[in-house]
Amino acid sequence: MSFILTEDQDMLRETALSFVAGELPVSHLRALRDKGANGNDPATRKKLAELGFFGVIIPDEPGAETFGLVGLGQILEAQGRTLAATPLLQTALIAASALQLGGTPAQKVEWLPKIAAGEATFALALDESAHFSPYSVSTEAERNGQGFTLNGLKKFVPDAHYADMLIVAARTFGEAGDRHGISLFLVPRGAKGVGIQALNTVDSHGAAHVSLDDVHVPASALLGPADEGADILDPVLDRAAIGLAAEMLGSAQAAFDMTLDYLNNRKQFGQLIGSFQSLQHRAAKMFVELEMTRSCVAAALGAADAGKSDVAELASLAKAKAGELVHLVSNECVQMHGGIGMTDAAEPGFYMKRARVQEALYGSASWHRDRYAKINGY
Amino acid sequence: MAYDNAEQLEEFRLETRKWLEENCPPSMRTPMPDDEVVWGGRNAVFKNPESKLWLDRMGEKGWTSPEWPKEYGGGGLSRAEARVLEQELRRIKARPPLFSFGLWMFGPALLEFGNHEQKLRFIPDILKGKTRWCQGYSEPGAGSDLAGLQTRCEDKGDHYLINGQKVWTSYADKADWIFCLVRTDTSTKHEGISFILFDMKSPGVEARPIQLISGESPFCETFFTDVKVPKDQLVGRVNGGWEIAKRLLQFERSSISAGGFGGTGGSGILGPEDYAKQHIGTDESGRLTDGDLRGRITDHKMYAKAFSLTVQRQTEQAKAGQAVGHTASILKYAAAKMNQDRHELLIEALGTEGLGWEGEGFDKGAKKVTRQWLRSKGNSIEGGTSEINLNVIAKRVLGLKEHQ
Repeated sequence: MSFILTEDQDMLRETALSFVAGELPVSHLRALRDKGANGNDPATRKKLAELGFFGVIIPDEPGAETFGLVGLGQILEAQGRTLAATPLLQTALIAASALQLGGTPAQKVEWLPKIAAGEATFALALDESAHFSPYSVSTEAERNGQGFTLNGLKKFVPDAHYADMLIVAARTFGEAGDRHGISLFLVPRGAKGVGIQALNTVDSHGAAHVSLDDVHVPASALLGPADEGADILDPVLDRAAIGLAAEMLGSAQAAFDMTLDYLNNRKQFGQLIGSFQSLQHRAAKMFVELEMTRSCVAAALGAADAGKSDVAELASLAKAKAGELVHLVSNECVQMHGGIGMTDAAEPGFYMKRARVQEALYGSASWHRDRYAKINGY
Repeated sequence: MAYDNAEQLEEFRLETRKWLEENCPPSMRTPMPDDEVVWGGRNAVFKNPESKLWLDRMGEKGWTSPEWPKEYGGGGLSRAEARVLEQELRRIKARPPLFSFGLWMFGPALLEFGNHEQKLRFIPDILKGKTRWCQGYSEPGAGSDLAGLQTRCEDKGDHYLINGQKVWTSYADKADWIFCLVRTDTSTKHEGISFILFDMKSPGVEARPIQLISGESPFCETFFTDVKVPKDQLVGRVNGGWEIAKRLLQFERSSISAGGFGGTGGSGILGPEDYAKQHIGTDESGRLTDGDLRGRITDHKMYAKAFSLTVQRQTEQAKAGQAVGHTASILKYAAAKMNQDRHELLIEALGTEGLGWEGEGFDKGAKKVTRQWLRSKGNSIEGGTSEINLNVIAKRVLGLKEHQ
């Protein structure tokens, strides 16, 4: 594992950083929010496609080199800096990974080029309660002639309010809580029986509750082996946690930079507030946490690309550390900005609101701490 | 010996491997008990005779510090070769031949600031473990505010005369020589400090061990009464010692934090989760039954993992020429927190089993943990307190301003 980016990955990082800084500043999210777009931003999707950001982990031809998750992580970190609402996590990472890991040759041929070109967006419909619990799937998929009939309710599905396709986790065997018996299905969002309840979320990125009411899909919609969908889901969720951790690192870094800037400009008692030791020490401690989390995210991205056996452990490490970090930094960002931090006109609030959504998705810090402990045998 | 291609480096690897096979004694490839650590010096103790053999052989090649220049007895290896040597040593699980403040702290500073004669005189004996050095920095009135030091050094024409007191001098009672910060100008603070070397056997030097809360005495109070020091033993220029002092502190913080005070645990060493399993127990799912303690242990273990990944990342970045400023302060701060948290958790998991002091009735390993727990309290004080390190990060790394 290396912590040093390749030249290509480094260029990708620079491209992403300058793209989000130029085209997707926080004011862009604010404008989307103010016009009620709920994070649905076709114009940005087009630009991301032109930059090739959707195809970062998809080889041009089978076996060809890609930028890898390390490369995609740089883009996600960049978008985290400005809280940009994009389909990259759901589509370029989660769907591309799920299809590559579990897709049939026909599914790969059909969808991977469309994903890479930005022509199809996806959303992973997994959670059924307010807390991440990947095996707690009650949604039923009943075998029905040549296909399956899906019934159930999925909650707070990111991007499901606009994505073209859903990847639905449903139960073909056993009961909620069982790892065995989960199957994954590719379901067009427009399929008959799919109900979308768009949600206005605190982070202005939006999401949707998805209801499945006698939704019929053919057998060819099955993604990966029936009943053993968890074999696909587990590594995909690890990768999702790692990618989201990269995004969170970017958000935390940006909120920290903004705070530092404020400390170096705001005066009280005739002094820069950043000259007060109590604030200096809190800033220094945040910086130590930032540096440590950066190492965890880099290690996890690298391990995922290298297919190492400790990916799950590092995914939990990265997501938990990033969760604690972005929680701390977003709170301190508001606090250290004082009254300004409480206003909608300023940006600290945007970071805090987005942070809580990032923290909850794909396992909270406490969920990942529990798993980390289990992996380590206690 | 510059190797410019992989083939030559591979050749070096094979030669090194062969040399180590022939020269690293068998017992030096086993885990090192605490009482077999070699500190060298005039009164060196070799409980295991093979450890002397190992030190002599490594010292002769200069491989106790492989990258130091050959002309002063160092290994003269390139960074790449030194890495190969490191890998080969790790491969056979070789013990470090020498623990030494000379190697970790004083030597690097002398190579940077000393003159040719001083390097010729002192560096070879550091490498061979013949001279054991101690550090005369802190004073009763100069702890975190190190530059407030008062130990006087007067120019008496053909020699210097030193009067004053140092404190927290690690192993001063066992050391042969001291590298010492002294005041050569009382009219100014930082610019009145010099860096001087002298023999601990000089008349007027007295070291008294200080008993710590852990019951151990690794540190001394050291008194200097009219100690005469030859003039060629001052390093750098008169009143130019502060720059050397700061540089040396970086070496000290790096050497402390690279190992994280041992707080990352390591293979074969029992962690808090092991003691908790033993003394508290687990439920049918294998989770510790004390869920709160389990969560805090996990916090710590994640911190420790993040710490070692950060050491790894910064090492790689430094090798790739990507500057990382003041990492020593970041790592020193984190290492102290990590090791203290670890020991608090160890004691908590041990319960009353961890509260024995000496004698029968307590497990030997647990009693050692108890002593180490008390010792770990010094981690956030020695080598720059955590508060001082946070100041350094705030001002030097983050660019926050001084209070006016």
